Amino acid sequence: MSEAAKISFSQAINMALDEAMAADPSVIIMGEDVADEQGGGVFKATNGLSTKYGVDRVRATPISETAIMGAAVGAAITGMRPVAEIMFMNFLTVCMDQIVNHAAKLRFMSGGKTSVPLTIRCGTGAGVGFGGQHSDMLEAWFAHVPGMKVVTACNPADAKGLLLSSIEDDDPVLFIENVAMYAAQGPAPTAGYKVPLGKANIRRSGKDVTLITYGRPVLAADAVAAAMAEEGVDVEVIDLRTIAPFDEEAVLNSVAKTNRAVVVHEAVKAFGAGAEISSRIHEELFGQLKAPVKRVGSKYSPVPFSPPLEQHFLYNEDEIKSAIRSTLG
Amino acid sequence: MGAAEAATAQRSDVDLDTLLEIYRRTMLIHKTDERFRSMLMSGALRLVYYPVRGQEVVSAAMMTALRPDDYLVTTYRGVHDQLAKGIPLKDLWAEFTGKATGTCKGKGGPMHITDPATGVMVTTGVVGSGLPIANGLALSSVLNKTGRVTVVCFGDGASNIGAFHEALNMASVWKLPVVFCCQNNRYGEHTPYAQSTSAKQIIDRAPGYSMPGVRVDGNDPVAMYHAAKEAVDRARAGDGPTLLEAMTYRMLGHTFGASYAYVPKALQEEAAREDPVPRFRKRLLDMQVSEAKLAEIETKIDQDLEEAVQYALASPYPDLIELRRDVLAKEIAA
Repeated sequence: MSEAAKISFSQAINMALDEAMAADPSVIIMGEDVADEQGGGVFKATNGLSTKYGVDRVRATPISETAIMGAAVGAAITGMRPVAEIMFMNFLTVCMDQIVNHAAKLRFMSGGKTSVPLTIRCGTGAGVGFGGQHSDMLEAWFAHVPGMKVVTACNPADAKGLLLSSIEDDDPVLFIENVAMYAAQGPAPTAGYKVPLGKANIRRSGKDVTLITYGRPVLAADAVAAAMAEEGVDVEVIDLRTIAPFDEEAVLNSVAKTNRAVVVHEAVKAFGAGAEISSRIHEELFGQLKAPVKRVGSKYSPVPFSPPLEQHFLYNEDEIKSAIRSTLG
Repeated sequence: MGAAEAATAQRSDVDLDTLLEIYRRTMLIHKTDERFRSMLMSGALRLVYYPVRGQEVVSAAMMTALRPDDYLVTTYRGVHDQLAKGIPLKDLWAEFTGKATGTCKGKGGPMHITDPATGVMVTTGVVGSGLPIANGLALSSVLNKTGRVTVVCFGDGASNIGAFHEALNMASVWKLPVVFCCQNNRYGEHTPYAQSTSAKQIIDRAPGYSMPGVRVDGNDPVAMYHAAKEAVDRARAGDGPTLLEAMTYRMLGHTFGASYAYVPKALQEEAAREDPVPRFRKRLLDMQVSEAKLAEIETKIDQDLEEAVQYALASPYPDLIELRRDVLAKEIAA
């Protein structure tokens, strides 16, 4: 595939799964409708894989999230590398026991005798009219559980590289995909392309303020940074890529340079991952900050259905701009 | 084996060596359980303990029907299952006492015993959560063609939680080599069976998942062994899962020291009369197994147990650095 070629987000996911399955026979996929007979996944992320690798390895499951996650945990502790697809992030709440009490803790509770090299993929995100039970960003819940890694991507190439790294990782990884971005196109990554977990990506270098974000809001952050450059404000944009554990070194180094920071995420602002990131900055760099760290997130509300409400619920570029301006005083 | 012993073995329909092995495991469980309780009573130990008094034979017979490399998933009331599966006694005692030499370096504790070397893969503290995990172990056996069977033990109370139903359905649809071993001890925590369970018997739920349901007197070592063997053989042959309902009785409270007043006196007295441990011993004596033979088995267990207790007590606690290890694959930075 040439560098000039473009692929969609769901094609990028498919590419990572394909490469992982080709490289390692212990990689298996489980989830609702994931096999080709069922359409290759509701977002087509697993399209073609059951035909290529067989339905033993690409297993369409009953609509039973607890059974899916439990089977994935059980297979993982024998040394397999299951990828469990949970269609929407909100459905993770149906199998929280398997994730929080088992996947995240079995390595520790067994004194390292077992481990859970499991990848959980899920879609979510507001803005596409799914309403309150298919759109939540719950990454902070999982980031708060010791033993879990949480990863998300803002473009197809990153998605491919991060997912491949997630599958190869020896810890349980929650990989979050934004449903509003599945069709989004981006430059195609090369075969074997990987993005390391735990490393942030500095997308744009700047000296005035650091904008820290991840996932879909990275696109808004890029747009805001470009717009504010025209006003003479030099914004540094950091895409965390891995939410937990996040790249503290990259964040702190950047803010030590700019002395100002804004954290942006799609999740509801209250008790979100931004609170932790902001707090770490304050703890480490309080004396040199020129303004309090600001946070931008979605409103304190369930995700609404009605389009104007849904748009109003979401963070927006104006809010990011005004947060930046407030740090500039 | 003498001629008399061979004849009785035939009569009991389980060969005498196997029956004596079940007895050895029964006594290992029984004596370990007693030792935990006596040390808790005297204050020599402090931990939340879930007694297995009355359920010894169920596990001993179930696990004797397995291959050593078969998988086990059990629950917080699981010391009988773990011991019967062959977990090293010293390691188990060290884990129960939170020591660095324990099965899990003291980091899991009594409710989270894991020992893959003996097939003890997961001990969960959450009712019903082991069943979906057992499916994953079994799936791995199928995909990797290892021939391993997975047994998951749980109580009657676990049949009322969603995970039970999701797991039985998936195991049946995927024809997984799992034995769902329900130890029906007649109480879910403090609530009697009939007050919490709509099905007259647990196996009534099996037909809904198109799998065989087999109810057996779990306190009868021969009957239990046969039922277990049949279910294990079925799984190993690729004929899918079985729901086994082993009827037993929890002779003590939910946790050690907890009130047991909610159990009717008559039931307690009946259970004491039918105590499976002395019943098993008498059965063997009636089969002309010598008192000396049984005493030899029991004395060996007493010695091993004493050694394990002393080993655990003398072992060090884990180094505090362990808090940063095994959280993730890579040690957490200080």
